[in-house]
Amino acid sequence: MTDISAVTAEERAAKEALTTAPSSAMIEDSHGHVTNTGISNEKLAMWVFLGSECLLFGGLISTFMLYKENNEAGGPLPSDLYDIPFTSISSFVLLMSSLTMVLAVAAIGRGDHRKLRTWLLATALLGGIFISGQVYEFQLFVKEGMGFTTNTASSAFYALTGFHGVHVSIGIVMLISAFTLSARGRIPTGSESIEIIGLYWHFVDVVWIVIFTVVYLIK
Amino acid sequence: MATDTALTATGDHERADGTEHHHPPDSYYVRIAIILAVLTAIEVALSYLGAPTLVEVGGLLLVMAIKFVMVALHFMHLKFDSKVLTRVFYSGLLLAVSVYVAALLTFRVF
Repeated sequence: MTDISAVTAEERAAKEALTTAPSSAMIEDSHGHVTNTGISNEKLAMWVFLGSECLLFGGLISTFMLYKENNEAGGPLPSDLYDIPFTSISSFVLLMSSLTMVLAVAAIGRGDHRKLRTWLLATALLGGIFISGQVYEFQLFVKEGMGFTTNTASSAFYALTGFHGVHVSIGIVMLISAFTLSARGRIPTGSESIEIIGLYWHFVDVVWIVIFTVVYLIK
Repeated sequence: MATDTALTATGDHERADGTEHHHPPDSYYVRIAIILAVLTAIEVALSYLGAPTLVEVGGLLLVMAIKFVMVALHFMHLKFDSKVLTRVFYSGLLLAVSVYVAALLTFRVF
């Protein structure tokens, strides 16, 4: 015969354990916050944001592809004015800024704050060179008679590359902010903030990889 | 803003779920960057070769895709991070590509 009181006590203990212990699917993130994925909310939010940015840039790239030959209003087409060697160097600069960014993330992972600041500054500097190149390219195009409203193709071109440029500029502001915070000792070792800024920066780089090929290289 | 993760002796992040976020050595990232630079040079060369349109466009799109995936995997750490993040990012990307390819086909761009 089974002891009814013992079974009841076991069941009660099991029920208690179920109600007090966290579910196996609930894992603490690096903040100590409990999340279902074990990924911090900030990092997941950045990835969701980047996923949605694919739609924004997809729309701008598609619009450019649709209107790139449309100069019914007159004026030159963007493809008539491209300087591929110059843009190739700009692309290379942005690509190398991704390297310096990932080295900054690795540096904070090791707790090397001096290298973190060096790589952050190098990334911001390379981003600045890229933006300067874009501004130079834009003013050359305007001198050649292709303004924002000259024709549909030029509007699509400036909207796409301009939006990308704004993203790079925002990234530079984030990098300089991170540099300043680090200099004040407000970025602890292993901080995820640098990784999140890095994700944004690398995304800006992958978008340019697509723009460089689809807009500049494919005729 | 800033958050901490536990650091192991090797400098890897140890997460609360017990998995480790590996940071490869700096030389690993430099190698990836060199490959990306070489691929960019190949891309530019391809655009000057004057190959048949299909070969040129196909080649350029292929090199572009390789560069895109390399940055996402190695620099954005998708290779080392949780698969949830890979799914989140590629879902957005796939949705964007599907929607806009469909839209461009409607306008007979291709």
